[in-house]
Amino acid sequence: MTTLYEEIRPEPHGGIPVRRVTITVNGEKRVAEVEPRLLLAHLLRQGFKLTGTHTGCDTTNCGACTVLVDGVPAKSCTMLAVQADGHEVMTVEGLASASELHPIQEGFKDEHGLQCGFCTPGMMLTAKALLDENPDPTEDEVRWALSGNLCRCTGYQNIVKSVLWAAAKMRPAAAADQDGS
Amino acid sequence: MYPSRFRYEAPQSLDHAINLLHEGAGEAKVLAGGQSLIPLLKLRFAAPELLVDINNISGLDYHRFEADGTMRVGALCRHAALERSSILASRAPTMAAAAPLIADPIVRNRGTLVGSLCHADPQGDWASVVTALGGHVVALGPDGRRAIPITEFVSGPFQNVLAIDEIAVEAVIPAPKGNAAGGYLKLERRVGDFATVGVAVAIDTSGNQVTRAGIALTGVGGTTIEAAGAGQALVGRPLTADTIERAANLAAEAAKPRTDHRGSAEYKRHIVHTFVTRILNRVTETADKAA
Amino acid sequence: MSQALDEIKIGGLGASRKRVEDNRFLRGKGNYVDDIVLPGMLHMEILRSPLAHARIRSVDASKAWDIPGVRLVLTGEMMATRNLAWMPTLSYDTQAVLATDKVRFQGQEVACVIADDPYIAKDACEAIVVDYEPLPVIVNPTQAMAEGAPLIRDDKENQHDNVVYDWEVGDKAGTDAAFARADRVSSLELHYPRSHPSPLECCGSIADFDRSTSKLTVYMTTQAPHIIRAAVSMVAELPEHMIRIVSPDLGGGFGNKVPVYPGYVASILASILLERPVKWIEDKSGNLISTGFGRDVYLQGELALRNDGKILAVRMHTDADHGAFFSDAQPSKFKIGLMHSAFACYDIPYAHLTARGMYTNKAPGGVAYRCSLRVTEAMYFQERMVQAAADDLGIDQAEFRRLNFVRDDDFPHRTPFGFLTDSGQYGKCLDVGLQAVGYENFLKQKEEAKKRGRLLGIGISTMTEPLGAGNSREYDILGIKMFDSAELRVHMSGKAILRTGAKTQGQGHETTWAQIVSHELGIPAEDIVVEEGDTDTAPFGMGTYASRSTPVAGAAVAMVSRKIRAKARKLAAHLLEVSEEDVEWELGRFYVRSARDRGVTIQECAMAAYSNMPDGMEPGLENNAYYDPPNLTWPFACYIVTVEVDPQTGVWDVLNVVAVDDCGVRINPMIVEGQIMGGLTEAYAMASMQFITFDAEGNCVGSNYMDYLLPTAWETPGFELHEVVTPCPHHPIGAKGVGECATVGGPAAFVNAVMDALKGTGVRNIDMPLLADRVYEALTLRHDVSGAPPVKTDDA
Repeated sequence: MTTLYEEIRPEPHGGIPVRRVTITVNGEKRVAEVEPRLLLAHLLRQGFKLTGTHTGCDTTNCGACTVLVDGVPAKSCTMLAVQADGHEVMTVEGLASASELHPIQEGFKDEHGLQCGFCTPGMMLTAKALLDENPDPTEDEVRWALSGNLCRCTGYQNIVKSVLWAAAKMRPAAAADQDGS
Repeated sequence: MYPSRFRYEAPQSLDHAINLLHEGAGEAKVLAGGQSLIPLLKLRFAAPELLVDINNISGLDYHRFEADGTMRVGALCRHAALERSSILASRAPTMAAAAPLIADPIVRNRGTLVGSLCHADPQGDWASVVTALGGHVVALGPDGRRAIPITEFVSGPFQNVLAIDEIAVEAVIPAPKGNAAGGYLKLERRVGDFATVGVAVAIDTSGNQVTRAGIALTGVGGTTIEAAGAGQALVGRPLTADTIERAANLAAEAAKPRTDHRGSAEYKRHIVHTFVTRILNRVTETADKAA
Repeated sequence: MSQALDEIKIGGLGASRKRVEDNRFLRGKGNYVDDIVLPGMLHMEILRSPLAHARIRSVDASKAWDIPGVRLVLTGEMMATRNLAWMPTLSYDTQAVLATDKVRFQGQEVACVIADDPYIAKDACEAIVVDYEPLPVIVNPTQAMAEGAPLIRDDKENQHDNVVYDWEVGDKAGTDAAFARADRVSSLELHYPRSHPSPLECCGSIADFDRSTSKLTVYMTTQAPHIIRAAVSMVAELPEHMIRIVSPDLGGGFGNKVPVYPGYVASILASILLERPVKWIEDKSGNLISTGFGRDVYLQGELALRNDGKILAVRMHTDADHGAFFSDAQPSKFKIGLMHSAFACYDIPYAHLTARGMYTNKAPGGVAYRCSLRVTEAMYFQERMVQAAADDLGIDQAEFRRLNFVRDDDFPHRTPFGFLTDSGQYGKCLDVGLQAVGYENFLKQKEEAKKRGRLLGIGISTMTEPLGAGNSREYDILGIKMFDSAELRVHMSGKAILRTGAKTQGQGHETTWAQIVSHELGIPAEDIVVEEGDTDTAPFGMGTYASRSTPVAGAAVAMVSRKIRAKARKLAAHLLEVSEEDVEWELGRFYVRSARDRGVTIQECAMAAYSNMPDGMEPGLENNAYYDPPNLTWPFACYIVTVEVDPQTGVWDVLNVVAVDDCGVRINPMIVEGQIMGGLTEAYAMASMQFITFDAEGNCVGSNYMDYLLPTAWETPGFELHEVVTPCPHHPIGAKGVGECATVGGPAAFVNAVMDALKGTGVRNIDMPLLADRVYEALTLRHDVSGAPPVKTDDA
């Protein structure tokens, strides 16, 4: 099939040269040729077939497309794919290991932190960056950190509980008495 | 959601970047944080021929105080770095108050203060803050560096005075004349909203006298508004209920708001008054507590 | 040997079972329409009108055709040659697919480009030149009614004005007489502003027409796949069995994904013409500016009151703004949906409602946005009028409600508009809510605060609403009756697959339907797979919206399970070598009445159905059920909100939100609570920030997430939930609908709270959204603030 980043056309890309990018995605080095205008979200979804990264708006508001770039949350609809060249990107597909869910994923399941699931990948990645930086956040700190990610289904209360659940589970000292309820 | 075509360069030096801008002959745009520019590209409100991405230029992500108290913010210093900065919290209260109110937490991870100044959105928060602090922008071009006072830097809605081959490399905040105090208040309907009204107040005090005062307003005019008279009314005086009221009145008068779906002109003017009063009251309360 | 199964442990009724669908969503393995890639797939983008009302002089697409990678440009003219320029709506009107004669709202679909990738399609859309002749614009019902107003629907024969309908219901004479007897009349004028369901995922489709089999497969964001199949069959003139609609995972729906949209139709035609799969994924501005909105209704309401607090009669008139096409997605025979369900929880002898619908130059829709067909407006109007009346009479607002509630022993109760409510404990719900919020204490706090210049307020909203369309007597879509269906196949191991005609969008059907089967059959929920959304495999159903899944499809699930159990009983009798009459059932097991330890499990019966059935019995253990509910279900809710208003800015903060929901028996309490919290958040959103408005030229304000504000985790208040359980008397497991309740009943609680804080200022009403400037204006100028927020009123 023809795609934006590898196709051959009589007049390719309106005369704009494609660029080769090398991006480490979920720990794996990926190489692609892309038009400069291609958004990172589209490269991840269509190019790398990592469709867990969703696009929910045109205006950098919803955060459904949030990924971690070098560990920091970024809205991948507001980054060009070429800007990720040489960087590390983590998507939702990189959260779980083959057999085990990440504690944040467990928390979202346990506390019913998702309904339609569309915002969930972005929410979880933002939460991961928060907990990496602040392993013991307050409810307000969680709400503040998640305020760049919109959810239309849950009303956030269970998302906040999910993140706090994960925080408790991830703190080594507390891991022993985590009861998950 | 799908930008028009453009060429893309990611130079590793400022000289190279300036050359590229020069060759771009006005059809090139600088890409720093991209949190305003890329949305414009996606909506096709902007369609430059060339993007010059300066993110690969090292040494621009700083924010620091000089020995004399001057503060410098590099072109790639992200909002989030300012939000988390311990030196800002202790030494630059107006900036520290504004940093967490810029856009939303994720946008703050990439967006830059200098980029916000260049974008010159009348509803942008940083321009008011830097105006209140009496700051300037340092531009670098083929002919070298020049300092442009922030009040001259923004020339209109979404317009700045940079030449087509100049890059804003840093924002500079002069050293305070005494103790720095102040704040930033923003009326927004939710996180990530543009300011219905934003008010930046930066005052320096020595003893109980105000030695310098700057008040600037967001969202209540075609550009950032410097309420110079309001600031001036405080200088050389102590902060009292009377001087605060006078400054608040003058700031409200300086506002040129329009009625729109965010509120009536009258209301926005009132909010300017209220916010100036609140910030200055908080300053006096803090000073009283310290004393 | 025989130990009774613990229903909660096997994930049956009442278990807060963790959701099975989460396993894929959490790993990013959901399968939304935009995630689907078919070989040779092309991409479609839509060119929309920048003007709200204009004649189209010409559409020149020649430059678009010249762009490499462009495969097809569709215009209205081309659609017309195939008789597809217009399509029927779900309200028996017509709607333009691609504009031919005129554009009638900003954002209307004018042309489509199909190209190798969406970037190129967008490039080509920009290259299309449309020559418009601007026409005068109508943006509200008043303008639409005005003398000499331009005629919007000049395409329709016999349409000589902008009136869509003029409709009435109730007893006019009785109502007039009651008003004549009243001690006092309390009146209120309100506007429920235009809002948008705005699921995070926009609409989209992938049409895949295979010439070799003549089969059309459409992957589509739809809440009602079978209705869409019927509509596509009608519009595209394709036979029903050659159409397969697949609704995969949906990123939310909230009513937005019920109608048929032009993009779907255009992608289908493009695929037929090109014989390749064509994907259309709407962008957010396209979604907000053109697809089904909600509300936009004006009310004039009056209550006839006796001085002791008794409501004698209600009179309502509504003017609804339907936009350019009457495409309300509502299946009732009532023109203004279930507006006349207003006041159903109160014992009022007389009521009369007149309703007028108007065409305007705004997007069409009037979808049931987390709502049963105008119920949201009805309950908002009701609870705002109730608060105003209580204040007018000087009676405590809780007491006033209690005085007028239908009493627990008065059921079944016929409302003056003709609905039959069947059960409820309204007073108890209110008491639970008042106790939870600490009502008396708050009133004292409020008085104390007032002395210090602080403004506290408390708002109550109590309501019962009709959920679960049908019954088939009064509810249909395009003539198809509003039943629903379930099909259950129990494998020989006792594991099972269940399919229904509903379509989950986040409600968790894959989890909860299995719980109903588990309750009825004792099969552990984890042994049951649930599938929905594929018209080739799912039984015919009417889809999921208007909180109808549990009342209708959920009932069908229970009924099909009972059919399975009936057959299993025969198998059990055969296995136990007793007569069927001697077999008793306990969860998961049949036993011999006289010897309880002699029994067979449902799993053993399943095995026997394939390996050891009695002579003459048809093998297998599967069945289906079509369920036509005898009545709507009537959940009751009491929402109480406390706020503090900052008198200097008009900013109001929510202090506390208490929700008491009586949705009958809860299948999965965790999921029910999730639904309620989501609904409360949308209520808060509409009360505080979320609205769409238009300037005088018909430019839409609210066409992206910078202007159309959804609250974030930061603003959204916390919620305290309580329950009262009054089982629905006619539902097989006693459940009622719940998904929309908090969105329906919630907004009035927020608004009433702010109005309560302003009590004593003479202000009777501020229309939503209660933006800070509007509250401040009301408070300082002591007047009502009505209508949608202004747009550019002082522009030169």
